[in-house]
Amino acid sequence: MSTLERIVTSHVGKFMLFALFIVIVTLVQASGQTVPHVQTIDAVGPRPLEKQTADRVSHFYLEAWKDLRTAFAENRPQALDASFVGVAREKLAEAIRQQQALGMKTQYQDRGHDLKFVFYSSEGLSVQLLDTVDYDVQVIDHGHVVGTRHMHSRYVAVLTPTEVRWKVRFFQADL
Amino acid sequence: MKPASPLCLGFLFLLVSLPLAAADGGVLRVPKTVQAGQAFSISTASADKGVLYVVGMGYVARRNVQPGESVPFEAGKVHNAGHYLAILATGSSTDEAEFEVLAASQPEAMSFLAKPSRLPVGIKSGVSGVAYVFDAFHNLILAPLPVAFRLSSGAGSQSDTATTRHGVAWVKLNSAAQAGATKFEASVGGVTETRVVQQVAGDPCNLRMSARPSGGNVLLETEPVRDCRGNPLPDGTIVTFSETRKGTPAATVDVPLKRDIARTEIPAYEGGVISVATGVVMGNEIRVGEKR
Repeated sequence: MSTLERIVTSHVGKFMLFALFIVIVTLVQASGQTVPHVQTIDAVGPRPLEKQTADRVSHFYLEAWKDLRTAFAENRPQALDASFVGVAREKLAEAIRQQQALGMKTQYQDRGHDLKFVFYSSEGLSVQLLDTVDYDVQVIDHGHVVGTRHMHSRYVAVLTPTEVRWKVRFFQADL
Repeated sequence: MKPASPLCLGFLFLLVSLPLAAADGGVLRVPKTVQAGQAFSISTASADKGVLYVVGMGYVARRNVQPGESVPFEAGKVHNAGHYLAILATGSSTDEAEFEVLAASQPEAMSFLAKPSRLPVGIKSGVSGVAYVFDAFHNLILAPLPVAFRLSSGAGSQSDTATTRHGVAWVKLNSAAQAGATKFEASVGGVTETRVVQQVAGDPCNLRMSARPSGGNVLLETEPVRDCRGNPLPDGTIVTFSETRKGTPAATVDVPLKRDIARTEIPAYEGGVISVATGVVMGNEIRVGEKR
């Protein structure tokens, strides 16, 4: 039996492997990286959605979550501008202004996304996806954390192309 | 980015959610669902006074509460649909609960995209309509709703009904046989949106010209240029007259259609060949010197 095999099969070795697993999980969690999963896109209509397009839309949608996190954590509605447009931007900005006026902040930390494309318009002018997302919400009032909650929810998002990127035009939690 | 294993995610979920799930159902009573814009209240059964927080991506509020107080939220206050978190923080404890604000079921607005705005007649599934349906607060109504689409012109109409899925309905309709402005309507509930789709003639059919001497030139004139359904091509459509002499290009003139006809003069070369074309359609040829 090699030294490596002896370490792996021993109790101490197993404990160390488990500890290493926990450390890696914690590091991934702390890095703020999301773990997206994109479901097959065969049934999207009326226009076929190419994989490259789906990849770009997914990328910009996850970027939008980053901007959303920044905007709510720092009370900066303008951080939404790069990723949100129209009604979605207005509604999110309204909530940010409300919490800002109250001296509050909200930390949203998305942990995992399960994306499913459900609609791509025939002229390529809008794409709709469903996102089953795991995220944490931490509510901060005048610098004091008043609560942290893990949430599991489904969002409906509609993205439209702009000059250089896809932007979220509608963004709404679904029951 | 490589996805983490399901075991890893499950472990994470368990770690984070277990202690908080136990906090539900304590002194905080929230409705499970609320219709956007409707009044509701959150009741507290705490023996201490505290602060109630309502937090979501569409609304944020903080209210001081007295022991056992029921906190009202007036009509119109929470109007953005979404997933919300309520937290009651007292000196001794914190209680949390989640609730949903749902879009109203009555449509009040629609975002209707009709494409293209201009297309040739007789194109199968050439006109597409997409309708997003909203409530009075511009929340997407996610419950299924029938949307009626109608494409109508003086020559007739066609209609179709599609049911919304996740708030969106779409159809594809054929463009009409007759050129002209067409009204494209989408209706849901009491809401109707109208767009105008301009339908123009298709490719010309039987492009023909005639020629007659005019001094040292030849006067060329097409017959009225129409598509295969008899629709006149729009004024301004370019018709090209070309003349070759012994196989070498001698003259080319582009002429816009005016009242369905293109007319021009080009030099007359004995034995020259004159042809006419518009777009991808070729017309007849005339040899100069031949009797017409």
